[in-house]
Amino acid sequence: MAEPREVMRLEGLRKSYNIGQANEVEVLHGIDLRLDSSDFAALVGPSGSGKSTLLNQIGLLDTPTDGELYLLGQATSDMDDEARTALRGQHLGFVFQFHHLISAFSALENVLMPVMVNQGRPDREAIDRARALLADVGLEKFADSKPTELSGGQQQRVAIARALVTRPALLLADEPTGNLDTKTAADVFALFRRFHQAYGCAVLLVTHDPRLADTCDRTISLIDGCIEP
Amino acid sequence: MWIESTLALRFLRQGRAQTLLILIGIAVGVAVIVFVVALIAGLQDNVIDRTLGTQAHIRVEAPEELNRIAPAPPGTLQLVLEDRRAQTLRPINNWQQVRDVLDGLPGISAVSPIVSGPAFGRRGDAVESVALIGMDLPRYLQVIPLQENMVDGRLQVGSGNAVIGRQLARDLGLRTGGKLRLDAGDGRAAIVNVAGIFELGVRELDARYVYLDLKQAQSLLDLPGGITVIDVTVDELFAADRMAARIAGLTGLRAESWMQTNAQLMNALSSQSISTNMISFFVAISVAFGIASVLAVSVSQRTREIGILRAIGTRRRQMLRVFLVQGAVLGLLGSTIGALAGWSLVAVFNNLGPGLFEVGMPPALIPSAMALATVAGVIAAAVPASRAARMDPVEAIRHG
Ligand SMILES: Nc1ncnc2c1ncn2[C@@H]1O[C@H](COP(=O)(O)OP(=O)(O)OP(=O)(O)O)[C@@H](O)[C@H]1O
Ligand SMILES: [Mg+2]
Repeated sequence: MAEPREVMRLEGLRKSYNIGQANEVEVLHGIDLRLDSSDFAALVGPSGSGKSTLLNQIGLLDTPTDGELYLLGQATSDMDDEARTALRGQHLGFVFQFHHLISAFSALENVLMPVMVNQGRPDREAIDRARALLADVGLEKFADSKPTELSGGQQQRVAIARALVTRPALLLADEPTGNLDTKTAADVFALFRRFHQAYGCAVLLVTHDPRLADTCDRTISLIDGCIEP
Repeated sequence: MWIESTLALRFLRQGRAQTLLILIGIAVGVAVIVFVVALIAGLQDNVIDRTLGTQAHIRVEAPEELNRIAPAPPGTLQLVLEDRRAQTLRPINNWQQVRDVLDGLPGISAVSPIVSGPAFGRRGDAVESVALIGMDLPRYLQVIPLQENMVDGRLQVGSGNAVIGRQLARDLGLRTGGKLRLDAGDGRAAIVNVAGIFELGVRELDARYVYLDLKQAQSLLDLPGGITVIDVTVDELFAADRMAARIAGLTGLRAESWMQTNAQLMNALSSQSISTNMISFFVAISVAFGIASVLAVSVSQRTREIGILRAIGTRRRQMLRVFLVQGAVLGLLGSTIGALAGWSLVAVFNNLGPGLFEVGMPPALIPSAMALATVAGVIAAAVPASRAARMDPVEAIRHG
């Protein structure tokens, strides 16, 4: 594997909700964190500790109240929504607890969706790549199926293929197996591991399952909005 | 735009029932607009056609005779009690010159000098008051298509021939080939041969008009070489009043357009047009609200999908366009169906309706109705589309 490089770095990241109101609350209290391309990390912590909030900041889905987030060396705090969206589409991949496929499109089209919204009509190469990813997650026969025709585990595997089609530098997954049975959850984790090794992309997974967290190379634990050393 | 259109069309196709219902709604609205506008336009054309079948677009006459009031010496107060002067039959001065000027004026397609005045028509003991019209036949026919209204005999004037209306013929018991004595007062009289009988469909004209050639009418009316009216046909019907003003300015004569002569008719026509526009406007509004509400529901239903699309890199303005395109597609598709339906309604009306008149399809009507519906669709989509574009991806994904 290539020399590990920095993918993402947080410096003093803070996030408050309901700013200026009576119920203002700071959820993240100045987080410093670095992820390298070699990282296959689990983010763990009790419910309400701020894991999803942190993941959303890293995923540029939300803006921090204070601090800086570097993605591939670029500072992002001064970027407008357009630039953040572009960066997100280009370098990040997301898998959520619920698969969130676009129901009007087939499995293959869903996998291609990030390519289509970022670059327009997909070329042959992108389609081949999407088919290969579907094959990798064991769904080559379901390329033309609509999401409603797939089981929960199959849908989540399509979502994983979708998160990888743009060859992101960082894959973020918020409780990707929270909705799956133990066996399927282990399979999905194995998939993440395989893609991490195959493409060299950093992976950050939120999970409540200690056994799954143990299979990761690194565990980051978040308690009450602070990272435990 | 490719991905925006793709998403828009897929979303519409997936929301089958909603899409179909709103399309029917738009189609009904547009069909109503197309049918009502075509019907009213047909009706108006018909009324105008009938009116102008017997009238020139512009009537040019000598200016009215006015009293000339001697100015009062300075320092005196002048009280004037004025009666209008009796208007005698006055010729237009230099009418050949005026005719040539009008002939050369762009926007004018026909110029017909006429001499007209009152007389009595007699046969035996029967007497009818008539209006003598002396005209230059080829020029006159360019203004009033008299040849289409002949019911008997030939359209021939000059050499003692006259053409009279059907009602007059009936009143005097005349037939083609009969003799009619015309008496214009002061001992000026002539006996003419009835060469043909016309029916314009306007009782007053069919009972009064006697067509002669210029020379005979001039001598009967004691206006040798003179004419009293110049009838003018213009290219653009509704520019007649502007053209009349122009002619009056150029010649110093009195020029009255058909729009002034038929002020009441014009008034009725324009109120009709206003009510047609009102109907179109309100139908467009309700179409717009229909589209807006369908898309608002769609945005709510797709909140999560919008969130995930934003997460994987869809820009705000792309999201905006996805819904604007849906509005445009609904408007365009619905109005295409509606235009076809409206067109069929017009065809049904023409073939199976009362048959009083033919309803034509104004060429701009269908394209403009479709453009109206499409624009209404885009405008209606603006509110739900901007809601979709402003959606916070984190909130949207967590939703539901
Ligand atoms: N939009 C919001 N407005 C106000 N408070 C919020 C908002 N989002 C999250 N919070 C609060 O921030 C804290 C952290 O929430 P977060 O969802 O990040 O926790 P979590 O670690 O992901 O928990 P879980 O394991 O249950 O998913 C919670 O107390 C939550 O109530
Ligand atoms: Mg969470």
